[in-house]
Amino acid sequence: METRSRNLFLIPYAFWIALFVIAPVMLVLFFSFRGLDGGFTLSNWTHFFTSTYFQLTLSSFWYAFLITLFALLISYPTALILTKTKHKQLWLLLIIVPSWINILLKVYAFLGIFGTYGPVNALLETMGIGTQQILFTDFSFVFVSVYIFIPFMILPIFNALDKLNPTLVDASRDLGASSWETFRQVIFPLTASGVKAGCQLVFIPSLSLFMITRLIAGNQVITLGTAIEQHFLVTQDWGMGSTIAVFLIAVMAVIMFLTGDRKRGLANEKNV
Amino acid sequence: MKKTFNWPAVYLALVFVILYAPIFYLMVYSFNSGGTMYGFESFTWDYYIEVFQDTRLLIIVLNTVIIALLSSLISTVIGVFGALAITYVKRQRNKNTLLSLNNVLIVSPDVIIGASLLILFTFIGIRLGFTSVLLAHIAFSVPIVVIMVLPKLQEMSPTLIDAARDLGASRLDVLTKVILPSITPGIFAGFFMALTYSLDDFAVTFFVTGNGFTTLSVEIYSLARQGISLQINALSTLIFLVTLVLVIGYYFISKKSGAGLGMGVPK
Repeated sequence: METRSRNLFLIPYAFWIALFVIAPVMLVLFFSFRGLDGGFTLSNWTHFFTSTYFQLTLSSFWYAFLITLFALLISYPTALILTKTKHKQLWLLLIIVPSWINILLKVYAFLGIFGTYGPVNALLETMGIGTQQILFTDFSFVFVSVYIFIPFMILPIFNALDKLNPTLVDASRDLGASSWETFRQVIFPLTASGVKAGCQLVFIPSLSLFMITRLIAGNQVITLGTAIEQHFLVTQDWGMGSTIAVFLIAVMAVIMFLTGDRKRGLANEKNV
Repeated sequence: MKKTFNWPAVYLALVFVILYAPIFYLMVYSFNSGGTMYGFESFTWDYYIEVFQDTRLLIIVLNTVIIALLSSLISTVIGVFGALAITYVKRQRNKNTLLSLNNVLIVSPDVIIGASLLILFTFIGIRLGFTSVLLAHIAFSVPIVVIMVLPKLQEMSPTLIDAARDLGASRLDVLTKVILPSITPGIFAGFFMALTYSLDDFAVTFFVTGNGFTTLSVEIYSLARQGISLQINALSTLIFLVTLVLVIGYYFISKKSGAGLGMGVPK
């Protein structure tokens, strides 16, 4: 009786796992060893590690690193200040609301803001710097990405700071540590888990989101995500696309292993 | 505590301005009769009227809503079954395996989900269009529902089920009269979460949709790639309002159920 009813629950769910989790991963792996003619080949992989693809991968990592770094530099102080405000949950909610708006729309807004006649260029003009080409540069890509990811960086850091026992900070101050020492020796180490979670939440999407590069950076920046999209939907070279996808999955696994906490996303963000 | 110039407040204000400025910029220019996203000329409702008169766009909105409702309904059913299955699995190792498999799609970037599902659908011969988009949305919504329902099941006291069994309830009765009512808040939260994920999704849909079937996000993307059109601005203002209503609704549901407010994770 027990076992039978348990199996009944498992049937639709197991079906879902088999069809949408295991099969797709297997197929991507399979296609990464498949040439354009349909036969088995290692050429996708040799191609990936030897040619311009490797350069592309490095530059994609560099941009993701920059985006994560800037997002962290902006978010940590924000989270720190937020925890000290009176209605901190309300303020936090206000930080989160923009993250609920479709990324495409936020990216689209920057087409106007950074445009040739947009407010930023108008400002530069009045400052005497003159109109600059901001759109379709790597600067605009990094800026817009940081803008989009800030809330995702703030939230885990806020949660970590919020859980920090304030008496520890008091103790550190009582024992004669300066504010900076307290921050460096007490606050930051104790909230490292939040920083890690935030970096994870920012770094992996920075590698993979392709609509930001497509809309904002023109062809100036190609990330791993853009390359996958290109191969699957434009050049129809699924083998190469799958190879990059498998590589991205591997990178993701390594990052998650390094940052320790395997639960990303929902599981981490439930404490608001 | 020394109170000098209140620079933290200034910093915070600056962050808020930066976070909200682009959104309001977008909304303000949806009323610009000049037709551009610079140099506000005069106030007009033209673009809203255009949006409401564009039948193609309205069909796309309808598609998006149908996909969202259907996919979240189906994935809520599968997800609740999944959460029950995970709870009933006795061996810890099997439980962890199921949980890891469950989280694969939550953790995966959208491009990878989209690309791998594109291969899958082509491989098993599903025509790209409504069916493939619906299946894809179900695929990534199920784990979200499981994650939202699972804590509620774990909170439930096992003695409750024992008591029901002792009092002569059949297994079906236990499920429908004891278990499901006590996890209802989790089920609603899961459904709502799946709904917002489905409405918000761009990348996965972009990969698995074929000719002739688009959702709102995909349509916005292809419009935006052609440049600025204030119709998108009007549309985003409307979407912003709907999102706000959804967020407030979700906030109250989660407040009732005690679950927290999450946010749309970019992947």
